Amino acid sequence: MQKTYYDPADLKKFGKISEWNEELGSKFFDYYNSVFKEGKLSEREKSLIALAVAHTIQCPYCIDAYTGDGLQRGITKEEMIEALHVAAAIRGGASLVHGVQMMNKVNKLDG
Amino acid sequence: MATKSLKKLGSDLAQSNRQLEILSNGIFKNGELPTFKDKISKTNQFPLKAKKLEILQINVGYMCNQVCDHCHVDAGPDRKEIMTRDTMKQCLEVIKKSGAHTLDLTGGAPEMNPDFRWFVEEAAKVGIKDFIVRSNLTIIRANKKYHDLPEFFEKHKVHVISSMPHWTKGKTDKQRGDGVFDKSIKALQDLNAIGYGMPGNNLKLDLVYNPSGAFLPGDQTALEKDFKKALLEDFGIQFHNLFAITNLPIARFLDYLIASENYEDYMYSLVEAYNPAAVSNVMCTNTLSISWDGYLFDCDFNQMLELPVNSKSKHISEYNEELLEGRDIVISQHCYGCTAGAGSSCQGNII
Repeated sequence: MQKTYYDPADLKKFGKISEWNEELGSKFFDYYNSVFKEGKLSEREKSLIALAVAHTIQCPYCIDAYTGDGLQRGITKEEMIEALHVAAAIRGGASLVHGVQMMNKVNKLDG
Repeated sequence: MATKSLKKLGSDLAQSNRQLEILSNGIFKNGELPTFKDKISKTNQFPLKAKKLEILQINVGYMCNQVCDHCHVDAGPDRKEIMTRDTMKQCLEVIKKSGAHTLDLTGGAPEMNPDFRWFVEEAAKVGIKDFIVRSNLTIIRANKKYHDLPEFFEKHKVHVISSMPHWTKGKTDKQRGDGVFDKSIKALQDLNAIGYGMPGNNLKLDLVYNPSGAFLPGDQTALEKDFKKALLEDFGIQFHNLFAITNLPIARFLDYLIASENYEDYMYSLVEAYNPAAVSNVMCTNTLSISWDGYLFDCDFNQMLELPVNSKSKHISEYNEELLEGRDIVISQHCYGCTAGAGSSCQGNII
């Protein structure tokens, strides 16, 4: 049994997921590839969104993949860190905004 | 940032046989990754054969005013290999009788060869269709004696191709040295001022992008769009085409890959991105590379690895285009660099 839950080499095997269910696997990857094509948003913008989301969901495979993807697209580290701060702000804000619920409860019980 | 060539530093990796050893051992020897020969054999593309010659690429010397981190030539101010006027004369004879439509001068910084201007003047008289000089841009600003290069290029209708690793100062200077970005911008503005790179102008100015680290170049068209937008908005600079070139794992880039522990992962990325469609158009099949001392190679990379052409015609003194056509191309694992993704050549993508 492997000693860690994550192995960087597994990222390369992502496509193998389809081997156990060809139909759903193919549908997923078709969808995935379509999502990242240029639309109203550029591929570059989508790559930065993916990078920010990757950090939000803390997926090490996705972080590897979209850091590399960003570099290939010429995205600078300054742009990357700005995208991450957006993720961090929303994530931190999501905790903090629940403080309103806390305040409501305190006010009700002990106001 | 490097200040001396690997050769000057006495590094093991300055030896071409040491580089070839690394490229053939490890992951390629233990079967983890297929060799380039095995890979192209699977699609019946081995041996790779030279087609009709289209591009003559002449390396007029390894001396350069810069010491870029990823230079496949291991060029720098300390390199003394310089083409002599006698060898240039032999090259001119070859250019006159060659069927090639493109002449491509490279280096080092070709402009640092003391006979560079003489050679350009003579070669321009031959009337070859596309006459390229690969200029690193900073040379134009390096010394007063080079300031008039844009006018010199214009006079001889030279097609200028220049390296530009990024549209930001940080990434450019990281790869090519402090101050390179600002000098390159000024040189590009000088070239633009006399018409180079301007829309509809015949004075061709193209840029070469190669990644600043251990990753492959992204989509050439998308990068060109980003480069054009940023350079125009930030500096009012225009150019014609962007060529995205993959860094090949040789010389200083190989040294960097090993030192940064990226070598194996990089080779994996190259092999994974292997595209059989790119194999049929690799530049070695229509290009011939001539070294500063007149020897013939399938490409500039093979020149640096000292892998001569597999032909009886090995030197310009015995140049025979008919004999060279159809020769087997000499390959090793560095060739994966030209077949990754949309392919890579000195003219950018190949599919």
